[in-house]
Amino acid sequence: MDYSLVVAIELLREVAGLILIATGLAIVFGMMRVINIAHGEFIMLGGYTVVLTTKQGVNIWIAILILAPLVVGIFGVVVERLIIRHLYGRIIDSLLATWGLSLFLIGFITVVFGNTVEGVTTPFAAVAIGQYRVSIYTLFLIFAAMAVIASVYLTLRHTKAGLIARATMQNPDMVETLGINSKLVYMATFGVGAAFAGLAGGLLAPISGVVPSMGALLIGKAFITVVTGGTAVVAGTLAASSILGSISQSVTFMFGPVFGDATLLFVALILLRLLPQGITGRIFTRSV
Amino acid sequence: MTRNISRRSMLKGTAAVGAAGALPLMPFAAQAAGEILVGGLHDLSGFIDFAGIPMNQIMLMAIEEINAGGGLLGKKVKGIVYDPQTNMSLYSQYATQLALKDKASVVMGGITSASRETIRPILHRYKTLYFYNTLYEGGVCDRNEISLGTTPAQTVEKLVPYTMGLWGKKVYTIAADYNYGQITAAWVKRYVEQNGGEVVATDFFPLDVTNFGSTISKIQSAKPDMVMSVLVGTGHLGFYNQWAAAGMKKEIPIASTTFGAAGAELEILKPEVANGIITSYGYYPSIDSPANNEWVAKVNKRYPEKTPLLSELSAFTWEGMMIWADAVRTAGSLDRMKLIEVMESGKTYTMPSGECSIDPKTHHAIRDVYIADLKDKTYIIKKKFSQVQPADTQLVCDLEKNPNSNKHYEISLK
Amino acid sequence: MLRNLPKDWLGAGFVVVLGLAILIFVPVYFDLFEVLQMTKYVVLALFVLSLAYIWGFGGILSFGQAGFFGLGGYIFAVSSINMGQTTLPFLIAIGLCVVFAAALGYFMFYGRLNDVYLGVVTLVVTLILYKLINHTAGPEYIIGTARLGGFNGIPSIPIMTLPWQPDQEMEPAQMFQYFMAILIVVYVLLHILIKSKFGRVAISIRENEVRSSLLGYDVRLYKLCIFMIGGAIGGGAGAMWASYQTFVDPNIFSLEWSAKCLIWVIAGGVGTLIGPIIGVIALEYLSFQLGQTDFINNLIVLGTILILVVLLMPKGLFPTFRDIFLKLWRRGGGQGGGQGDGGRLG
Repeated sequence: MDYSLVVAIELLREVAGLILIATGLAIVFGMMRVINIAHGEFIMLGGYTVVLTTKQGVNIWIAILILAPLVVGIFGVVVERLIIRHLYGRIIDSLLATWGLSLFLIGFITVVFGNTVEGVTTPFAAVAIGQYRVSIYTLFLIFAAMAVIASVYLTLRHTKAGLIARATMQNPDMVETLGINSKLVYMATFGVGAAFAGLAGGLLAPISGVVPSMGALLIGKAFITVVTGGTAVVAGTLAASSILGSISQSVTFMFGPVFGDATLLFVALILLRLLPQGITGRIFTRSV
Repeated sequence: MTRNISRRSMLKGTAAVGAAGALPLMPFAAQAAGEILVGGLHDLSGFIDFAGIPMNQIMLMAIEEINAGGGLLGKKVKGIVYDPQTNMSLYSQYATQLALKDKASVVMGGITSASRETIRPILHRYKTLYFYNTLYEGGVCDRNEISLGTTPAQTVEKLVPYTMGLWGKKVYTIAADYNYGQITAAWVKRYVEQNGGEVVATDFFPLDVTNFGSTISKIQSAKPDMVMSVLVGTGHLGFYNQWAAAGMKKEIPIASTTFGAAGAELEILKPEVANGIITSYGYYPSIDSPANNEWVAKVNKRYPEKTPLLSELSAFTWEGMMIWADAVRTAGSLDRMKLIEVMESGKTYTMPSGECSIDPKTHHAIRDVYIADLKDKTYIIKKKFSQVQPADTQLVCDLEKNPNSNKHYEISLK
Repeated sequence: MLRNLPKDWLGAGFVVVLGLAILIFVPVYFDLFEVLQMTKYVVLALFVLSLAYIWGFGGILSFGQAGFFGLGGYIFAVSSINMGQTTLPFLIAIGLCVVFAAALGYFMFYGRLNDVYLGVVTLVVTLILYKLINHTAGPEYIIGTARLGGFNGIPSIPIMTLPWQPDQEMEPAQMFQYFMAILIVVYVLLHILIKSKFGRVAISIRENEVRSSLLGYDVRLYKLCIFMIGGAIGGGAGAMWASYQTFVDPNIFSLEWSAKCLIWVIAGGVGTLIGPIIGVIALEYLSFQLGQTDFINNLIVLGTILILVVLLMPKGLFPTFRDIFLKLWRRGGGQGGGQGDGGRLG
């Protein structure tokens, strides 16, 4: 019984992890059709923000929940102004440019901060479930992922800003005639996507090795999750993360991480074959 | 009438040369008259740069020291440094360049087994002496290579009984899912069983796994006396953080054959996460011997900023350079075979890591091995074993019988 | 008479002549090391052609050409180690890659997968291969006499011999010339294919799939054939790579190789054949040179250059230079012609 609870928590943890790393990319790709290969590096920047600011004495919660998204979000806006805004409609060029950006960021961080910085540890202890111990931070991650998804959904569905964002993505010209500066909307959206990446990096910092190359380990999974999910930001990410995360983690429990990893890829393959526009291309097409 | 254009009958100075000249003409390291060239092939950028950069720094420092002492054979030594950027194709290109174009006298480098196996056959083919200074799974049998790093039969064989004696006989192994991880895990199993213990499970992790929650739960379920970690790489660092987060540090101790091998984990993980992990290597910066104390002081003086992480990797790069230099002085020549014969003669060198000599049968090092605990970023040496033989490679390799061997044997433990 | 030839044939003809000149003169004027270097570029050029063709002239954005490259390499390695010769294994590698491409293509195109979703499927398949082969380190993973070797790969792959003469290994200069000849032949064949009816239908599919299908063409079948051709070329390049390096490892299936192939094509110019070849040579040469200097971190330089290429040369290296060249060379009223259909995918 205890073990089942532990397994359930671990499944949710994997799903939560996917949601966190994929949401920012889903916003940028789903809404703006920009492939941001540097998304992994944005996550890395969030991790570095947390590590470096806590070294200076900043409270870790402020670092994770406020500073990481803020810093990376602002950086995202800068990147958008300098590079991305020239590439709208040029989905392939965005691939090349963001790949260059990704290399640049890894090199830059290595030069400025070195490739070994002391990391942070989780601010929580562990809790006992029967004879097992589960890190409270794991539960916190699950909660955080739910908060992220909920906030994106509520913003897109129920606020004016969200409405404007969705409208701009659908038809920028029409939105302009209604008096809205679409360029500003693009900038803000990219910034928000970057901010979520930063938040993910910050949240993952206490339980990962924060090194310049940490983003490269995550980008593959994030990308596969986003595309499998389809164009709807919230429903797609939620659906894809849930299916991929829970199945792969179950297999990991039963057969080990090698098979679990391979299973995630196989499941994505089958999903894409059955639903060639991603999950939300067929199901929940009207959702956000 | 067909015109046979053979390679030999070409007219010179045609426009084609101009077009072909637009193609890359590789520059080669300018060899001033009377300079001895040492090639360095360490990753200075990319995933493994935290290992490669210190090795390169120490190699350059060794060259400076040799030159300060008058050079070799009356000539100055010069280092040629290439950065393969953790890219196997660049490794092979630079190795070929060092051998054919730069005509280096010796090459230091290669970190992962994959990179070593990319360049070893090239250097063997073009007869350029090669020193591989990184710890690995054992089995290289090549007279052109000197392998100074420790192998499982030297370290794991000592680590297992020591930690079992401390903690108990039930072991749970977690290992990186590739050759080194798999072979080392097999050695762990053999040594555990030889010492009357039991490996309750061995879990393998692909190198890019970052979430270890499920394995931590499984370990808790299995209740071993200790965890043996053969995890490798930056992705696997997360395990130690997650283990501590689950409050497991007080519950089950960890021993590792890989933790801190290049020194990076010490820096990246906080002390409360890293403390208590017991490891076994051929070198620790806290070895208390005159040779090591002097050497560490030298390193700190030479690199007061960006001090290289000191570990087997950097320390043995120093050893490789010094052993090579000593061989050159002893042989009085740069001739490769003469140098090899000097090094095979069983001479014992006093190095920061202790005493070491080169086993003529395998060209691996017979060296001192240590077991250490970790507390607040300092290694506390618990035990020292003198002159440990590279017994695993000796199982498969005998260069005295087969001097032309050119292979990396995978040591099978079935 | 020259004026009557279509401009793109002229361009292609120029490339072929240049290629032949390189083939003939390089071993004479360059030393061993440089010939070895250029052989590498020839093999990579063939690899990049596989993606350049299926994407630029078929509209198939495959993120996984590295999969065929790696498969070709591994199949060649295993067969040549087992068979003791290299000519048949080379053909086997190409053949099996075509079969694999047919299977994967059937899976994708008959499932109506498109653009980025198709890309991700090809990427996922390549990553699966990567993970599977990485796992094969133990002695039980052996095919005949060839151990798969896992992460460390397969060493000591036989050097290619002259066709059907198993005793005569190619010397480096011969290998360069044979590979260069293959590259030229493939280039010419692709050119002919593009100009043929098959090729024109393929381009129309790339431009507007729905319309082509409404005109009665079986879009899925055409795409399948194009994908199989890409698989054949990629697999052949992989076999050549394995023989050239005498070594193959799972890294060839990694995300990095897949991404680099895309980068080379984009940087060189999608929609041309020669552009991506220039792209791969330029970028690889750049990496090689960067690794020899200690000046700035290599990744910073490479990254900056890629960003600048995109911003300043939006059509890619080759089309940009070609347009500049033609503009300078314009003879009253001419326009930027050149080979291949210069259309870009958006």
